[in-house]
Amino acid sequence: MSNYDPVEVTPLHADEMARMQADALDAIKAARDLDELKQVRLTHVGDRSPIALANREIGVLPPAARAEAGKRIGGARKAIAEGLAVRQAELEAERDERVLVEETVDVTLPSGRAPHGARHPLTTLQERIADVFVAMGYGVAEGPELEGEWFNFDALNISPDHPARSEHDTFFVESVDSGKVLRTQTSPVQIRTLLSRKPPIYVIAPGKVFRTDELDATHTPVFHQIEGLAIDEGLTMAHLKGTLDRFAEVMFGEGITTRFRPNYFPFTEPSAEMDLKCFVCRGDSAIPGNPPCRTCKSEGWIEWGGCGMVNPRVLIACGVDPGRYSGFAFGMGVERTLMFRHNAEDMRDMVEGDVRFTLPFGMEV
Amino acid sequence: MKVPLSWLREYVDLPAVTAHEVAEKLTAAGLKLEGVTSYGHDIKNVVVGEVLAIELLEGFKKPIRHCQVEVGEATPREIVCGATNFEVGDRVPVALPGAVLPGGFEIASRKTYGRLSDGMICSEAELGMADSSPGILVLPKGTPIGVDVVELLDLRDDVIELEITPDIGYALSIRGVAREAATAFDSAFLDPADVSPPAESGPSYPASIADPSACDRFVLREIRGFDPSAESPPWMRARLSRAGMRPVSLAVDVTNYVMLELGQPLHAFDATKLTGEIVVRRAEPGETLETLDHVVRTLNPEDILITDQSGAISMAGTMGGLHTEISDDSTDIVIEAAHFSPSGTARMSRRHNLVSEASKRFERGVDRELPLQASWRAALLLAELGGGTIQPGVTHAAAPVRPVHILIPSGHPGKVAGTTYDRETVIRRLEQVGCTVESGVAESPADPGEIAAKLAVTGEDMLKVTPPSWRPDLTDPNDLAEEVIRLEGYENLPSILPTAPAGTGLSEAQRLRRRVGRALAASGYVETLAYPFNGERDFDNLQLPADDARRLAVRLANPLSEDEPLMRTTLLPGLLKTLVRNVGRGWGDVALFEMGLVYRPSKDAPAVAPVLGVAHRPDERELASIEAALPAQPLRVGVVLAGEFDPSGWWGRGRAADWADAVEAARTIAREAGVTLDVRADRHEPWHPGRCAALYAGDTLIGHAGELHPRVIEAYGLPPRTCAMELELTRLESLPVSSAQAPVISAYPVASQDVALIVDADTPVAPVEAALREGAGELLESIRLFDVYTGAQAGEGKKSLAYSLRFRASDRTLTVEETTAARDAAVALAGERTGAQLRGV
Repeated sequence: MSNYDPVEVTPLHADEMARMQADALDAIKAARDLDELKQVRLTHVGDRSPIALANREIGVLPPAARAEAGKRIGGARKAIAEGLAVRQAELEAERDERVLVEETVDVTLPSGRAPHGARHPLTTLQERIADVFVAMGYGVAEGPELEGEWFNFDALNISPDHPARSEHDTFFVESVDSGKVLRTQTSPVQIRTLLSRKPPIYVIAPGKVFRTDELDATHTPVFHQIEGLAIDEGLTMAHLKGTLDRFAEVMFGEGITTRFRPNYFPFTEPSAEMDLKCFVCRGDSAIPGNPPCRTCKSEGWIEWGGCGMVNPRVLIACGVDPGRYSGFAFGMGVERTLMFRHNAEDMRDMVEGDVRFTLPFGMEV
Repeated sequence: MKVPLSWLREYVDLPAVTAHEVAEKLTAAGLKLEGVTSYGHDIKNVVVGEVLAIELLEGFKKPIRHCQVEVGEATPREIVCGATNFEVGDRVPVALPGAVLPGGFEIASRKTYGRLSDGMICSEAELGMADSSPGILVLPKGTPIGVDVVELLDLRDDVIELEITPDIGYALSIRGVAREAATAFDSAFLDPADVSPPAESGPSYPASIADPSACDRFVLREIRGFDPSAESPPWMRARLSRAGMRPVSLAVDVTNYVMLELGQPLHAFDATKLTGEIVVRRAEPGETLETLDHVVRTLNPEDILITDQSGAISMAGTMGGLHTEISDDSTDIVIEAAHFSPSGTARMSRRHNLVSEASKRFERGVDRELPLQASWRAALLLAELGGGTIQPGVTHAAAPVRPVHILIPSGHPGKVAGTTYDRETVIRRLEQVGCTVESGVAESPADPGEIAAKLAVTGEDMLKVTPPSWRPDLTDPNDLAEEVIRLEGYENLPSILPTAPAGTGLSEAQRLRRRVGRALAASGYVETLAYPFNGERDFDNLQLPADDARRLAVRLANPLSEDEPLMRTTLLPGLLKTLVRNVGRGWGDVALFEMGLVYRPSKDAPAVAPVLGVAHRPDERELASIEAALPAQPLRVGVVLAGEFDPSGWWGRGRAADWADAVEAARTIAREAGVTLDVRADRHEPWHPGRCAALYAGDTLIGHAGELHPRVIEAYGLPPRTCAMELELTRLESLPVSSAQAPVISAYPVASQDVALIVDADTPVAPVEAALREGAGELLESIRLFDVYTGAQAGEGKKSLAYSLRFRASDRTLTVEETTAARDAAVALAGERTGAQLRGV
């Protein structure tokens, strides 16, 4: 390169350029891994590569030749760079595949690392029911479980000699005439609400209640009710029916058949019972000749809960004017509701606290 | 109430419907179907035969007789029979070969005891007429031979069992059910009480009412020359059995039959055992009576008695006395039919724990106007079936009764229902119930009383309604509304969803309870709902000292189990027993929680919660007097855990539940309540004295957590190292909570500094950390204890605590000098407060 002769600048010849490019592309193709490709890159496009050296020679060309030579070098460089990029991508993909395959684990290994618990379905069902009514504008009211007899009976128009009183199978606090009982129903919350708030009143009161029944498949001495109370001007039995129809629909979907029939409760007049068609026998067991049904005792229907128009006597005992206000109340069985919604057939499972029963219910029902 | 359909059909002209269809209509009217039992539908080929000859077969352990029985065929049948209660000439039911008896039992011709037996002579039980019977059913003389026994004895019947609510005592009778059925089917009703007793001029056996508050009707009739050996006819026995009453003797059966048919309880006295005038009065102190069940009862001065000059002879409407009872040789009978005070009989029945068919009816209300009719019907049956003579005269003692009228606007039932019933419908329905309805009457009674005055409903088109004597339950305007609505059909009511005013949703406390439940479940705990009943033994098992406040518990008068008569004062026994149950069922890694009330009486509380009046709202002082007698009922949360808390698996070994998990559960709850717990070492049963944390929110003690005392573990049979926590959520709920304020997030880099402190081994960590925090000042972003070391390098009786401190400022990058100064200040304060030394210094 000491003797200057632009025509003789061999590396800038078209043929030489094509050879350099072909060499480089061959080498790129031949590179078997990323390390070799890296070497190829250094060799063919690095600072000491033939093409880089050729580039340096451009300056010695006469101006007219420079453009053409520059174009030629640029074209070669671009082709090589493209080749490198393609090969780089190929080799990286190969490497990734190989390495990630080596790191493969068995993702079907069982889980269960994090401890998980659950809430009792009777709790979450009470919450869900409350939510149905909260969405309608109701509040959630509460009362004590160990209650004054006046709240549990007298104020609810159940006088001391009333046959309904002895049918309640009451737990009495010692001594029997202490005036204190374990509430036999959530209805005393009606009284507490009527005494503490002014109408209009729309409340729901879920809670624990007590009757002296021995535990078996269909009875438990400690169970849950959800009480509803609505007091307003102009409330009627049609409103009660509409409310319970809606409640049943939300709880059980459209597949449920309900029955609204007359019943008797001292604290409502008129009184009614909401029955659900038996979810086991679908009502068939009530027809003579068909197989019996343990769940509904072959009645075809299961009592969901009692309801009715709040007896004006109850309003009077709480200082609410029955001439101005009327209302309805209902008390549905939470256990019954769980049985229906989730096919829980044995009451004992609900009270024994076996985690195998509760776990499947998770956080909500 | 069990209602044989054949009986019902006697008094109501029912269309051709099944028992089930009848029951469904009755259910819609408020008499709920409990079940239908069918009788005799499968019986066939049983005819009346006459016994022509009997030959006793010798050589068998029991008497076996070979009989010739004429059944109206060409030749008599020969039948082998093991019963001996019939004679030649008796007419008996004969099941011929090919006959079917109840339960599908088929009769065939067979060889037995060496003879041919070409059929079977039947008993009442074999024909499905009774649950058991002592011998063959001998039919009345003259029963035609060869006729079908099923037709003859009305063996085919369906019995509808109805649940009768306590308000409608009248429905505890065929009469009441028939009236409802007639209305439901719009059929004719024939009143069985319509027996037209003759007008009598004089009294029968002398009687009087001494206490009109106990009894307002008392009727006696007398029958003489009754044949005590006369038996009740099969149809009567069959009906009694099917209605659920055991046939006894003709006299008793007749009183029961009339009671079932009309609803009027009756009592039969042996006239020869009565002494002088009968008086209805209350008991005298110390008076006793031996009742039919051979129990000598000491009577209460409130008990209502039937007495004669010898003393008490019957507990009115509840149970008769033994001495004046009808016996096997009674020929002269005095029939009593009366109307007793419903509350009086209810109390007496409850006081003596004596529930009879009579007391059940009286306390639910019996038709006051029935005694004359019912006693006459009974007398007729006794005379007809037992050959007695009804003596002229009837004793009829009566106390005046104030008639009940109810005034309602004709639109009232519709207003209650939320629909419209036209005036004619309202009147027709009330009349079907038996009411007398007068319109255009607006006068109200002079002194209605406080409650009645408040109940009064006014409006246009007032109706004056007089309920029938059999409906003492109808007293209020809404009672009448219910009658109209139920007869018009609850199923026909419109269904309208009311619009409540906009609500405010759940309260803060209610939201907190939900969060706590979710947080514990998310941490691995399973919720349980144990019964809140405990025993003294639980307090002993928990190792509670004699003076522990938790031993002061409410006691139930009638607990389910004598071992658990107390209401819980702590959630732990229920949780621990549930844990043991789960472990026993093979679920060894178990973490449970319960959220529920405990009942904490106070020593100074009044023993009795007063029972207040109901005529008006009690005043605040009266209401407070009830509250004062009730125990405090705070809401608590408890957890118990045993086995592994973090499970073992292919990933490695798990982690056993320990005291720190129990404390962590409390912190989880407190976090949900927006409270940071202050944990202090404590000694408190039932926890391990060295592993018990007292949980404080500020200065308020809210509970305890830790590992249980080994003795508690042994007493309950718990897995070793079982841990527990219990805190009072009510106390957390009552703490003031300020809503969370959004922090300023600094984008400047964090500066970390680790320190290792040496403290005495028994120095609690909490104050060390508190001092570090305080000393580090506001540049401290977080502090984490990452190691506790008690080896040789820490020194004898010492431990090393390694903390990682992170510092950050909101407005600048901290310099090394700044963070070091903060760290030094932290260490210095920890040293000053707890004696902590920087390790290696």
